Amino acid sequence: MSDPTTNRDPEDLQEILHDTLEADRTGGGSPVRDEPVLTVEGLNVVYEVEQPVHAVKDASFELRRGEVLGLAGESGCGKTTLAYGLNQLHRPPARISSGTVTFHDHVTGEHVDVLALEGDRLRSFRWSKVAMVFQGAMNSLNPVLNVRTQLGDVFTTHLPHLGREERARRGAELLELVGVDPSRLDAFPHELSGGMRQRVMIAMALSLDPQLMIMDEPTTALDVVVQREILQEVLRLRRELGFAVVFITHDLPMLLEIADRIAVMKAGRIVELETAEDLYFAPRHAYTRTLLGSFPSLTGEAGDFVRAGFDQDPTRS
Amino acid sequence: MTALSVRELTKTYTLRSGLKFSTLQAVKGVDFDLTPGRTVALVGQSGSGKSTIAKLIAQLERPTSGTITLDGAPIGRRGAALARYRDEVQMVFQDPFASLNPYHSIGHHIERPLLLHGKATRSTVREKVLELLSRVNLTPAEDYVDRKPHELSGGQRQRVAIARALAPGPSILIADEPVSMLDVSVRLGVLNLLARLQREENLAMLYITHDLATARHFSDEILVMYRGDVVEQGPADDVILRPQAEFTRQLLVAAPEPGTNPRFLAEAKRRGVPMPDHLAPSEDTP
Repeated sequence: MSDPTTNRDPEDLQEILHDTLEADRTGGGSPVRDEPVLTVEGLNVVYEVEQPVHAVKDASFELRRGEVLGLAGESGCGKTTLAYGLNQLHRPPARISSGTVTFHDHVTGEHVDVLALEGDRLRSFRWSKVAMVFQGAMNSLNPVLNVRTQLGDVFTTHLPHLGREERARRGAELLELVGVDPSRLDAFPHELSGGMRQRVMIAMALSLDPQLMIMDEPTTALDVVVQREILQEVLRLRRELGFAVVFITHDLPMLLEIADRIAVMKAGRIVELETAEDLYFAPRHAYTRTLLGSFPSLTGEAGDFVRAGFDQDPTRS
Repeated sequence: MTALSVRELTKTYTLRSGLKFSTLQAVKGVDFDLTPGRTVALVGQSGSGKSTIAKLIAQLERPTSGTITLDGAPIGRRGAALARYRDEVQMVFQDPFASLNPYHSIGHHIERPLLLHGKATRSTVREKVLELLSRVNLTPAEDYVDRKPHELSGGQRQRVAIARALAPGPSILIADEPVSMLDVSVRLGVLNLLARLQREENLAMLYITHDLATARHFSDEILVMYRGDVVEQGPADDVILRPQAEFTRQLLVAAPEPGTNPRFLAEAKRRGVPMPDHLAPSEDTP
């Protein structure tokens, strides 16, 4: 029963499922370049409340150019807090108590100490070097402004010398890039479907050609068909534009398909950081195995998961 | 024997935009039966009409046309007949963070249906509440009964919602995306709980989801919906393993499934190992 080819009876299903994200992921060759874009060392984040919460504990990893790093874990495990640390988005009571985040800028060749940035330098660093697609992006567009204005906002802030027409032109280009008809520039968010809103958010994140994109649960509120389209879009853009991605989600099967490497977080700590293949075939940490075991397989034998009888296990309640 | 039959169920909403009216056919002529001990799954994209069907059965909406019968008789729409219908048909909602009242204790949530449906008296109610909490694995029940919803995790809250639905002693349970808001590691636990309760109570269940894998493992029959129409209907394994409708294929392709990903299949070959079966952890798993 461990060989899925034996219990899947007709050829049909295999044929159907053959069409995976793989082609979009690599496009015939890995887009990952062996050169770091971001180095995180010993990052600790503490929420300084009455009883301080140590939300991120000693996180260390290196992200390569063009790489998709998955960050998997449950609500409250610290994955969003860790991501916020990458471009200093924390507000009190959150405090980075120790650690370094170094951004290796390939345009200027500088090594930027991200945590030391402040004021204008920090403002220009954010979005132009590291962009972010926030959690619940479906609702993070401003409902009273049209898409043109919201896309233009980034340019008025970061590239104030651009004229109105130039901003509109770039906005149209961006929409085209993410597969939305440029005529939608005049649309308001409520006139767009969830998938289109998410594409607009991605367009916005791409507007300054960032080298790193942080995506925090970008597809959570979308159904599987739309989710698939968005993921394909992200992988295609990553291949074309060469940015690296930190992809935060609790959906491990999805990460396995799109990520090059996956970090599993539990209670603030990265408990395992491996290539997607190693994680799938030889998970080392018990928690990784729990997560992998949480998803019944589409093709496995029917009744598998009812048999497993997890229902009784109090740790899963 | 049939518990609940749905025939030619149709729901049309009238939309108004300025002076223009238009109609939206949310559900178009759907037929299925819910029978004791069996689960029917409704799958499809957002907006395909799945939840509208749940609302029609739970009588939160009136159908535009079509019939719903309970044990052969048309369902009661008001008064005592409606109350009797609610004894039999209960619902578990998607969002356990919104479906429990933050002002009331866990005990209160379960006490009310017990008292309102005449399943307990003031003197026996506490005991019944504790029994229901234990049945949904919130044990020791005494630790939970006086707590407030915010003190519980999502999975625990959904267990409370299930206990509440079971309180009137229903024969039919409508579960509308019962695990989609929960952390992945607790989803199977909640689904297994529902499966066990179904076996114990011989419940007829309608399971609404967009997750094809759990639909297949958790149900006997699957209805695939697309824009209000049922595009495919049949035994769970047939629908998933031998899909006929183009849309079912699209849904299958969209679901992430590392087990059939060429990259992982090739990797298995390279490593000379079988594809791992993570779901049933055995002794020899490292």
